[in-house]
Amino acid sequence: MTDPQILIVSPANTAAGRVGRVVRDVTRALPMADVLVVDDGSADRTAAEASEAGAITLSLPVNSGYGATLQTGYKYGVRHHYDVIGQIDGDGQHQGEYLPVMLEALRQADADLVVGSRFLDRDGHYRPSLARQVGIGLFARVASVVTRQHISDPTSGFQLMRIGVARFFCSEVYPTDYPDADILILLHRAGFKVLEVPVKMRPSSGKSMHSGHRSLYYVYKMTLSILVTLLRPRSQHRAS
Amino acid sequence: MISTHLRIVAIVGSLGLLLFVIELVRRRRLKEEYSVLWMATAVVLLLLAAWGGLLRSLTHAIGAVAQSSTLYFFGLLFVIFLLLHFSVRVSLLERRLTALVQEIALLTEKRAGPAQHEEELAEEAPEDDAVNA
Repeated sequence: MTDPQILIVSPANTAAGRVGRVVRDVTRALPMADVLVVDDGSADRTAAEASEAGAITLSLPVNSGYGATLQTGYKYGVRHHYDVIGQIDGDGQHQGEYLPVMLEALRQADADLVVGSRFLDRDGHYRPSLARQVGIGLFARVASVVTRQHISDPTSGFQLMRIGVARFFCSEVYPTDYPDADILILLHRAGFKVLEVPVKMRPSSGKSMHSGHRSLYYVYKMTLSILVTLLRPRSQHRAS
Repeated sequence: MISTHLRIVAIVGSLGLLLFVIELVRRRRLKEEYSVLWMATAVVLLLLAAWGGLLRSLTHAIGAVAQSSTLYFFGLLFVIFLLLHFSVRVSLLERRLTALVQEIALLTEKRAGPAQHEEELAEEAPEDDAVNA
């Protein structure tokens, strides 16, 4: 892929005041990419602000959750024949300046999905609450064991993927509530190659799209989701 | 043995449920598809209430002491199945709803910076005129 068409999807829920900056950061980092903000039924000016900042916007008529919002972006990217789809949270937690590094990793390493990991550096710049730390650590371990590769940040929503992965995610295999370690395992079993690159993240400012899931439910949901993913027959969707 | 009193209550109750389900289907308030479990519940409860021999051997088979518990047991079992059935349907509906919401969102596409997409606007313009005229 010499000159890939790139779409950066930014799921945003009540992110007015932050989403504009995200769009501008992405545009500055990857001027050749289109930016798509998918507004998850926000009541504030999220969509308008994204549009003013130069993004293509889609608005979900009702609040549908993080996974459903992201999947809308994948569907858009697949239908408009993009080659690479990236995703960056609209609340400003992820920093667009890392996208070129992630794109380079996608090209160089022949990976299908590149995940920006905030824990790969081990510099301790990012400290979630203890409960989340335990949860993330647990599923990072589980994902690492299952996929037989080191995974440090399965919760990261800062990703860049080839269109084959997005097409795979448009099917019903994708969890529309809260995709996490389970999709990494799903991808591994479908034959896709996942790679982590170190990034820095800002502490999530106030109400993020992820604040809705409580730690205990997160542990339950992820355990069950990983278990049933392993119990299902492998899906062979690898587009080569 | 269950008392004649309980037997009458059980027969009347399950018969009433059966007729009510049929009536709901007749008035198209309940789809045939969803009536299956309700119908099964009513028929099995009616059978257990009316047929003393079946109730007696079933009570023995499940290790219950009182025959009335067998009635309750099967009644409760069906209710649990029904609730599970509804959870499955709700999950399916939610999946469909999400897909529809996404399709609607994909139709709301707004492009920023009209200068960059003049060719698209040019294509849309004649249609707008037609609507206005």
